[in-house]
Amino acid sequence: MSDQRLLLSRRGLFGGLASAGGLLLTGCGEQLPPTYGNILRMGDNLTYTMQRALFSPTGLAREYDRSDISSMPATGTYDPSRADGGLYDPAQGPDYARLHKGDFADWRLQVEGSVARPGSFSLADLQRMHRRTQITRHMCEEGWTAIAEWTGVPVRSVLEAVGIKPSARYVEFHTFDLMANSLDMIDALHPQTILAYGMNGRNLPIGHGAPLRLRVERQIGYKSVKFLRKIVVTDVFRDTGDIKSGWAWYNGI
Amino acid sequence: MGQAGQSGDIVHGHRLWVRLIHWLIALAVLTLLYSGVAILMVHPRLYWGHAGNDLMQPLLEIPLGPNHHAIHFSASAPFFGDASGPQDANRLNEPWNENGWARSLHFLAAWFFLAGLSAYLVIGLLTGHARRALLPHRNELTRRNLWQDIKAHLRFPLPIAPPPPYAILQKLAYASVAFIALPLMFITGISMAPAISANYPFLLDLFGGTQSARTIHFFSFAFVATFLAVHLAMVAMTGPGRQLRAMIRGH
Repeated sequence: MSDQRLLLSRRGLFGGLASAGGLLLTGCGEQLPPTYGNILRMGDNLTYTMQRALFSPTGLAREYDRSDISSMPATGTYDPSRADGGLYDPAQGPDYARLHKGDFADWRLQVEGSVARPGSFSLADLQRMHRRTQITRHMCEEGWTAIAEWTGVPVRSVLEAVGIKPSARYVEFHTFDLMANSLDMIDALHPQTILAYGMNGRNLPIGHGAPLRLRVERQIGYKSVKFLRKIVVTDVFRDTGDIKSGWAWYNGI
Repeated sequence: MGQAGQSGDIVHGHRLWVRLIHWLIALAVLTLLYSGVAILMVHPRLYWGHAGNDLMQPLLEIPLGPNHHAIHFSASAPFFGDASGPQDANRLNEPWNENGWARSLHFLAAWFFLAGLSAYLVIGLLTGHARRALLPHRNELTRRNLWQDIKAHLRFPLPIAPPPPYAILQKLAYASVAFIALPLMFITGISMAPAISANYPFLLDLFGGTQSARTIHFFSFAFVATFLAVHLAMVAMTGPGRQLRAMIRGH
């Protein structure tokens, strides 16, 4: 699989062994998410550290057959332009309404931060890049699961296109609602971590995050944020909101 | 102290490691039950297989908590133009959800649970304690012996059970919890974790899918909770002061 090869060619991406060493260290407690003195967050960090230490960074989530595809409810925000949504962002919602009206022709994904060539990508740009289709299981923290087919571009390919700096450690995903999240490099560069523009063979429906959503198959559903707007690569961990509001940042369990 | 001396487990009393691990597991299990019920209340529907959600038929709905029959969806639309195939729908109201603390507390307690259970199983099996104290011998499993112990338990006042040796019903109860239900809770629990099943895909097949594992997790929980209720009732009926003292001081 070319995806496997991609994951193993870490040096080519970072341009130095030193950075690869730094990448490994993020899993060993060099830089852990803040706990704010909360014992539950310390437990989250224990689980994060142990899972990174015990499990292979390349382990793949189960991929299913087309016949396994199931119903899937759209939960959380189902339309970021609706002001009555619980996570409505007054700064972004009207923009989303305008872009939606234009069938997302004017939508662009900004990529910035610790990258050599910050820039933006249109939907057509992303669709011309390396394409991956995977039929995977969405595991919601609430307890339900759904199997769907996702088509998109690996986050890794986008990061390669902009050239992340050796100091980069985290990748943040910002959206058109109040959700935001981030991944460490192990999950961000994983071959199944994709920016999906297609679902079950069609364009991504609005409820499931049109025009582009994240899929992180080795973590719980809420890490796979919808309605993407901007990616920021950072050298240090920044709380995008979850930890302060009482939710675990790492959710491999 | 319940030191065995030359006579093995025949001397009445709980060994120090048994007492320490008992309280470690007790604390962890109580925390797991508490947080686990909170997690279950968010989605009190159980399924079989890999996928299961509000748009699918549940195996069982538990009338528990504010979300039972309280979640509403838009009219559903088929993903593939087939009205009987997979459906898409928007969820129109946010469910009651305390999983932020409940999940983190559950997984924190799970570390202590794992430490206690593995220590118990390793020490218990290596020293022969488990075999001597808990595993029923073949000659104890006769219908006559079982019936006698059932009759003994039905009589009031209940016999004060000195810690090991145990009679057959007590052995069966302890052994089924320590060697079957609690390990099953752990295995079904980690089968639901996406990072863990990515590394050990056999976990997904072991129980026939994540939702099957979740359903078995629930029934094991029900068994452990029932055991706990009976265990506490038996302690209360057989001299709770003496029983507590025995599990703290050893005798």
